[in-house]
Amino acid sequence: MSETTQQSTGELGTSPGGGPGGTGGATASLWRGASMLLRQRELTVFVVAVALFLYFLFSSGQVNTAFIGQTNLINLLSTIAAPIIIIALGEVMLLISGEIDLSVGFIYTLAPYIMYFTVQYYHVPPLLGIILGLVMGIVVGWLNAFLTVTLGLPSFITTLGTGFILWGIVDTTSHAEPVPIPPSTMGVGKIFSTEQLVSSTNWNSIIWAVALTVIMHLVLTRTRWGLHTVAVGGNLLAAREAGIHVNRIKYGNFMLTGLFGALVGIQVAFANNSIDPTAGQYTPMFYSVAAAVIGGTAMLGGVGTIIGAFFGSFVIALVEDGFNILGFSANPLPIIYGTAILVAMIANVQLTRLRERGSR
Amino acid sequence: MSTTASDNATDVLRVEHLSKSYGAVTALTDINLRLGKGEVLGLIGDNGAGKSTLLKILCGFQPPTSGSIFLEGREVQLKSVNHARSLGIDAVYQDLAMVNQLTVCENMFLNREKIRWPLLSTRTMRREAQKRLDEMGVRVPDVNARVAKLSGGQRQAVAVARSVFSDPKILLLDEPLAAMGVKEGTIILDLVQKLKQRGDVSIIIIAHNYGQVLDVCDRVNMIQGGQITLDKRADETSAQELTDLVVAEYRRAMEERQQQSA
Ligand SMILES: Nc1ncnc2c1ncn2[C@@H]1O[C@H](COP(=O)(O)OP(=O)(O)OP(=O)(O)O)[C@@H](O)[C@H]1O
Ligand SMILES: [Mg+2]
Repeated sequence: MSETTQQSTGELGTSPGGGPGGTGGATASLWRGASMLLRQRELTVFVVAVALFLYFLFSSGQVNTAFIGQTNLINLLSTIAAPIIIIALGEVMLLISGEIDLSVGFIYTLAPYIMYFTVQYYHVPPLLGIILGLVMGIVVGWLNAFLTVTLGLPSFITTLGTGFILWGIVDTTSHAEPVPIPPSTMGVGKIFSTEQLVSSTNWNSIIWAVALTVIMHLVLTRTRWGLHTVAVGGNLLAAREAGIHVNRIKYGNFMLTGLFGALVGIQVAFANNSIDPTAGQYTPMFYSVAAAVIGGTAMLGGVGTIIGAFFGSFVIALVEDGFNILGFSANPLPIIYGTAILVAMIANVQLTRLRERGSR
Repeated sequence: MSTTASDNATDVLRVEHLSKSYGAVTALTDINLRLGKGEVLGLIGDNGAGKSTLLKILCGFQPPTSGSIFLEGREVQLKSVNHARSLGIDAVYQDLAMVNQLTVCENMFLNREKIRWPLLSTRTMRREAQKRLDEMGVRVPDVNARVAKLSGGQRQAVAVARSVFSDPKILLLDEPLAAMGVKEGTIILDLVQKLKQRGDVSIIIIAHNYGQVLDVCDRVNMIQGGQITLDKRADETSAQELTDLVVAEYRRAMEERQQQSA
């Protein structure tokens, strides 16, 4: 359940503690308005993303046509942002339920190879090959859940281990060599990505990302699954005492994350028209967790929003793309990401404190 | 106060030779207990006596190591909290089982949400939660407020309100008065009275304040060392007598220990 929306609705209903009531109506309502905005963490990240967008658009003194041009927008949205967003959707659900998946980037790497091997060597129909790639993601997610939930390992360790194993599997089976997309899959591949097929109009990845964001936002805030995910991460014992199948929730979220990782891997392969053993790996996972944190998801469970992670992904993608367009060196980018994570986290921690003081 | 000296035929719940071990720790050794229809049974005993352990077995949260549970004369194996609930058993846990990150309403409906597939019927749940709380005289600032913002007593009241949602036949309350002021405690005790007058729900209430529970109980059982050591009608005992018993038991244990070490 979206914590921030609840915050605000709760605040609207109750006047006690909602500001220095009565004294100086204007300042009071101003204070209340400001604190309500601050509480809307998604809004904060949204404002940051818009500010970055405007900065890169106008920083040269006039409208930067290269930045706003179709080629760059596709690069920004489909190539850079979409993979971060889609993986972040899974990570947010996992982080809220108190777990993390470090292996998802290697699921991303392996998935298109599964498609390649099954189609090229076992002659399965192209669509089935893609589905098998996706199923592999779900199976790895299940394995992560089994080791974490059933055998009781911390998910950080579980997925560190499975990540390495997947890495080795990719390099062994592919001999660490890239391969082209099997020609027979091209037709089906259009669902995922069309960059190479219909020149430079690849909006598909970002459309997938937005659609999945909407769905996952509804799942988190409006369904039983979402509510139970928050409950499991917020208070595991209480969730169990309420009779929630806590294991089922965690298994589900691990498998969902695996599925999303595989989906991104296949999408990126089609976009690049090649399957690369160095695609994926740790970087997209770290970007996605960073996006989730920048968007207000806590690492301790019980707190997080899909929309926040969506805009958090944009912040990361905008910085990367903007630097590139303005011709800055990409070398200091990690400094910016690191700072953004820390600032977001400080804001989270401090705002929580502020909020607790205010509600007393 | 109408006490029912119920016989086996009218027992809604009967427990025989129940034991529970956590690895090397034996929490319950041999529990024999009965609960009559419409009866309120007070369960008392020291810290660590095994009261909560017994309650968590009776509500299906954990299985016993051995022993039998009979519901209305029929033996049952409580497989899960949901299973017990479907048989008409509901509980308020000592830790209250509240999720701070969720609202009052969401906590009240936790794992019994109203659904219009695939979405939650949030509005219906809010309305119903508010109605329930009003009926019970429980005051919270807002059903949409996060539970983290409630006082200890308010949380407890919400937890009790939640447990009667499903109109249980057997209600298990683990120290429902622990964090309550006199006024709030009275709300809970009044609720127990009200349920008792309706006569269709049987209640086990765990408490440390003997004086408060004796008023609503028909019968009192004391747990000591994992066994029921006392079973008396509430009007045949007093808070003083119960206190004396506990103190006497404590003294005896101390003396035994001193003799052993001597
Ligand atoms: N999950 C557990 N694992 C191991 N031992 C436990 C567990 N739960 C309870 N125990 C042990 O079982 C015994 C009984 O505990 P229980 O919580 O039932 O006591 P209680 O009568 O409810 O006490 P209190 O009045 O303090 O709530 C204690 O010795 C406790 O240490
Ligand atoms: Mg207890």
